[in-house]
Amino acid sequence: MSEAILKTERICKNFGALQACQDVSIDLRPGEIHAIIGPNGAGKSTLIAQICGSLRPTSGTVEFTGRDITDTGTAARARLGLGRTFQISALAMEDSVLQNAVLGALGASGHPWRFWRPALADKDLRMRAESALQRVGLVEQMHARCADLSHGQRRQLEVAVALTLAPKAFVMDEPMAGLGAGGSRTLTGFLDELRAEAPILLVEHDMDAVFALADRISVLVYGRIIATGSVDEIRRDPTVREAYLGEDP
Amino acid sequence: MINERILNGLLMLGLIAVPLWALWADEPFTITLTTRVVILALAAAGLNIALGIGGLVSLGHAVFFGIGGYTMGVLAYHAQTFTPLAEWPWVIEGTKSMPVIWVSAILLAALAAFVIGILSLRTSGVYFIMITLAFGQMFFFFTISWSAYGGEDGLSIYVRNGFPGLNTLVPIQFYGLCVGLLCVVLFLTSRLIHSPFGLALNAARQIPSRVETVGLNPMRLKLLAFVISGAVTGLAGALFADLNRFVSPTMFSWQMSGELIVLIIIGGVGRLFGPVLGAIVFVALEHWLGGISDYWHIFLGLILLLIVLFARGGLVGLLTGKEGPHV
Repeated sequence: MSEAILKTERICKNFGALQACQDVSIDLRPGEIHAIIGPNGAGKSTLIAQICGSLRPTSGTVEFTGRDITDTGTAARARLGLGRTFQISALAMEDSVLQNAVLGALGASGHPWRFWRPALADKDLRMRAESALQRVGLVEQMHARCADLSHGQRRQLEVAVALTLAPKAFVMDEPMAGLGAGGSRTLTGFLDELRAEAPILLVEHDMDAVFALADRISVLVYGRIIATGSVDEIRRDPTVREAYLGEDP
Repeated sequence: MINERILNGLLMLGLIAVPLWALWADEPFTITLTTRVVILALAAAGLNIALGIGGLVSLGHAVFFGIGGYTMGVLAYHAQTFTPLAEWPWVIEGTKSMPVIWVSAILLAALAAFVIGILSLRTSGVYFIMITLAFGQMFFFFTISWSAYGGEDGLSIYVRNGFPGLNTLVPIQFYGLCVGLLCVVLFLTSRLIHSPFGLALNAARQIPSRVETVGLNPMRLKLLAFVISGAVTGLAGALFADLNRFVSPTMFSWQMSGELIVLIIIGGVGRLFGPVLGAIVFVALEHWLGGISDYWHIFLGLILLLIVLFARGGLVGLLTGKEGPHV
């Protein structure tokens, strides 16, 4: 197996006496989808926050493309090539779909300090944004105000913004959240192809999607990884069944 | 409902037509009144960049207005008393030249905005409002006790500062300068709103976490917006002092900061011509209702209340409808 792109090394996070994350070591390898599952309150969001930089681990390290990024800020991690989507759509709701995508392209260009020419008239930004919208199938809606989009379309836009960054790895926090069966299936198909471009660390509650997509699954319970393995291994694992799937072994 | 561009054009036309009419009708006081409108609009246009686009509710913009005013006051005071402003490490003389005063006011206000911004932007929401208010009060009480420049009584400048080729003591000529500067600032603002920086700043106001995850630093975007905003309000302060030929600590008062916010809310937060319409309404009320009763602020409060309750986009929003996404 090739070298991991993204790796956490025994990270712990304490909030006072609460250990939200204990000795979590996971890695993400090229070409794979690594799913993190776990019941509510298992510490998935805390883990994502530490990987993406909004929380700093109490101990342990986070590595990305071979460098230690434990003390690197969120924006700098994004510039290194970590693309993130949020559980609850984090979009500029007053702006158009295109503007949101252009924002991503602008971040990727690294040159926001331009004050004269309109951003939407910039050919490079525009092309990058439109091709990302094209890929998620939102080109038709690009002039719509983001607030007027359906929930599913917002989820698609969320992915499109991450695409504009052409990241080296994706971290997706419940991309299927709130999607209907149809939308969920479309997005599953899309992520399936996306993994060849950049590996995906996928936090997801939709088990159908997880079992369909994941190359590996890690199960997080009370801040600990209790098992990591292939879909079949996880399905068979008695501790997982007990802790998470809620069945008697 | 009318098109926002048409409304902006009408407002601009009004700013040109009214003083020309006043000139023809020999009503110099009306020209002074419209000059006041234009200068307040300029100050509020500065605040609108921070507040409207950047979402930074600064209750301390009087700092920059006052710095502009005192830059003019101090420079002109030394020029009229023929004393140098500083002798060490360099000799700095006072000046009566408007362009020099403007540039100094812009630079000093920008510097102050940079320092205040770096310290205040660590906070947000109500704490940001309070910390900017605190800076405003610091400057206010400092100038009150700054006896070298008049302390509480302020400074009078006997002759309005000069601009090459113009006689600034003629009201219409001074007005022309002010309205010219307002046009330049509004034009630059309209470019800025649609520029990459404006797009990013606009998103940073709405959702900073998104801006961060695309690799941009929302703090830096907001800091620059705050600096630009302070610089513009500083320029307005220098003009305001020149209009009155007088500066006093009142320019630093929190009521001044509050008035600028009120202007923007009346006109329309984040709307290009919001500050202009706000200033027109404000000065008109101040002039007419102020003539009827000293307590005219009651009516201003009532109008503000109505706007906040029923017309969140201010008067510009009321007249032109909701702003469409910039396409």
